[in-house]
Amino acid sequence: MSLKKTGGVSAFPTRGGVHAPHRKNTADCETVVMPPPEKILLSMSQHIGAPCVPVVKKGDRVEVGQLVADSDSPVTAPIHSGVSGTVTGTTELLLPGGKTAQALIIESDGQQTVHDSVRPPVIDTFEDFIAAVRASGAVGLGGAGFPTHVKLNPPDRDAIDTIIINAAECEPYITADYRECMENSWDVVSGVQTVMEFLNASRVIIAIERNKPAAIAELSKIAKTVSTPLRRVEVRRLPARYPQGAEKVLIAACTRRKVPAGGLPSDVGCIVMNVTTCAFLSRYFKTGMPLVSRRLTVDGSAIAHPQNVRVTIGTPVKEVLAFTGGLKHEAGRLLMGGPMMGLALMDGELPVLKQNNAILAFAKEDPDTALHAATTCIRCGRCVQACPMNLTPPSIAAAYSAGDLERAEKLGLLTCMECGCCSYSCPAHRPIVQTMRLAKEALRRERK
Amino acid sequence: MEKSKLTVVSSPHLHCGMDTPNIMLDVIIALMPAAAASVWLFGWRAAAVIAVSVGSCVAAEFLSRLVMKRPQTVGDLSAVVTGLLLAFNLPATIPLWQAALGGVAAIVVAKQMFGGLGHNFVNPALIGRIVIMASFPDEMNNWVLPFHGTGADAVSAATPLANMAAGDGAGYGLFEMFVGMRPGCLGETCVAALLLGGIYLVLRRVITPLIPLTYIGTVFVLTWILGGDPLYAILSGGLMLGAIFMATDYVTSPLNRGGQAVFAVGCGLITVLIRLYGSLPEGVSFAIVIMNILVPLIERATHPRPFGQPRRFGRKGGAQGEH
Repeated sequence: MSLKKTGGVSAFPTRGGVHAPHRKNTADCETVVMPPPEKILLSMSQHIGAPCVPVVKKGDRVEVGQLVADSDSPVTAPIHSGVSGTVTGTTELLLPGGKTAQALIIESDGQQTVHDSVRPPVIDTFEDFIAAVRASGAVGLGGAGFPTHVKLNPPDRDAIDTIIINAAECEPYITADYRECMENSWDVVSGVQTVMEFLNASRVIIAIERNKPAAIAELSKIAKTVSTPLRRVEVRRLPARYPQGAEKVLIAACTRRKVPAGGLPSDVGCIVMNVTTCAFLSRYFKTGMPLVSRRLTVDGSAIAHPQNVRVTIGTPVKEVLAFTGGLKHEAGRLLMGGPMMGLALMDGELPVLKQNNAILAFAKEDPDTALHAATTCIRCGRCVQACPMNLTPPSIAAAYSAGDLERAEKLGLLTCMECGCCSYSCPAHRPIVQTMRLAKEALRRERK
Repeated sequence: MEKSKLTVVSSPHLHCGMDTPNIMLDVIIALMPAAAASVWLFGWRAAAVIAVSVGSCVAAEFLSRLVMKRPQTVGDLSAVVTGLLLAFNLPATIPLWQAALGGVAAIVVAKQMFGGLGHNFVNPALIGRIVIMASFPDEMNNWVLPFHGTGADAVSAATPLANMAAGDGAGYGLFEMFVGMRPGCLGETCVAALLLGGIYLVLRRVITPLIPLTYIGTVFVLTWILGGDPLYAILSGGLMLGAIFMATDYVTSPLNRGGQAVFAVGCGLITVLIRLYGSLPEGVSFAIVIMNILVPLIERATHPRPFGQPRRFGRKGGAQGEH
């Protein structure tokens, strides 16, 4: 094994997880740029927090990089147009989670003229930095979609000593973050330096699963050149075991600290940031172009030509599929995100959102996604062993079905992050994750 | 891409591929060396007992689901496992109709009346054995020496544990005990074959070694402390069979590791107490059944602490490790 040569430090062991297949088929696929489509649909809700309200109206002309929607709420992220053209109206989107969101429809004029506001931000103070991050529209690009300016501005900033750059990418198939490390490694490191400086953190840990030796080697090399005794930048190799990239698991693997139940990474002095978000910020500081496009991995058994593609945010999924060469088999399942946590889509009409890192289509006949009837729990304990959060899913499910939500919560219901390890390893095909979601929803309703 | 053709379901969208019949098949495979050894040691009669026991269990499973108008579960192969384990717990001389009755008791009374696989709170095969033991004590104590068949040439002999309970030595060498050349239930005597099956189950990740090792270790240490011969103790009776294949039964053992350790220690404790101080020479089946009943209590007492939740006493959760 040549793992030693790739550099980086091994991470601390963490509990649970599953050996999901990697299937990083697109790891060597250089990103292809998809031309902006004729029409984009910008969801007003493509982040965690308050939805935005349009600041342009029907008939307005907009240009690339222009702010089109914003909100007064503290937890939100502004939205920008990725095309130049005309706002032709609004529509309602049914998001995969079952919620609805307003969306702006912008028809492109094909000119891609850039808006005047696209200028590198002037940053002197921490407040300028946070304002610039907010203005960039950045959200967690790894899938969570948490507004970056909120994340980088924790209540107790002085307590932050470690910034963890999440390049684990533990979901099968997805290689979007890996391609960022390979294609834009200097952006990653320059983003790391900026964030480190403004947050006055003493170290940055770039965490990558060990099945990506090329990225580990590349980032280790650059990290060495920028690391100083007072501001250490190090690369940490994680076991290639799902879900290494889950925030709490990642923090434990990098620092051995445990985020308290219901707490935030900042409670243990950490900030976790996705690697592509970090690289995006460094580009934004140089060019001033806000978040209007992103890289997606398009893969799955139904996809004719699996690849990584840079698309304008707001492009309908079906157009992305058509651009990559379409489907080779009839699709039985279409996912936004990875196969472990991704959301199943009803059709290809939904537009690409900021936090989307993959579109996966699985053939109808694919045995991997075949549906199985749930049989009775045989109490084999595989879910218990697989749970990274040390939960006992059958006990929680039993409490929920007995209507005892208080006990379900006591057993750690709200600690569940829905990573899917339990359902993945359940020999009875029980819909454990779904039960957890239902139980959480019931608890939420009861609390109201 | 029309709407109706896409499946919209909750994540995850991948599965490990292991399902219940797969697991049961692995257990059946793991029991095969011991089954072969039983035929080698006790002749065709052992094969007949196995066939009747498995047949009655499968038929009882099939018919009880049919009568109760429940979805048919005979395909999950759990009844085959119960049948094999029950046969392994019977002497080769047992009248076949008694073996069949045991199979029916195991499946109908201990398993299906409580809702079938996953809902039984005691090991069905052990209940089958206990029912036969209570109903036909003479037949259940009719032991014969290996290699003499069970017919006219059969040689009656006492089991090593009965010898030891009577105050004599075991009467058999350690190697004879290891390969199974001693009287006993047909599947329990060949320790070598049982270990082989156990290793297969561990390698296939069907079981972890926690329960078998803790159980056998407890018996070893406790017998030693109480003045017995620890090596004979772990090689005799049904300990290997019980520790590897019955105490590890998913349905009737605790879900979490801590609970499993407590459960296994309890099994070992009761086994030794029955063997040394009880009126029965062997206590594995009662030990496991008693601990089966205690599983819900053990689970409550050993519930694992979710990630990041504070300990109930003492230090608060949160920043640990560095600092």
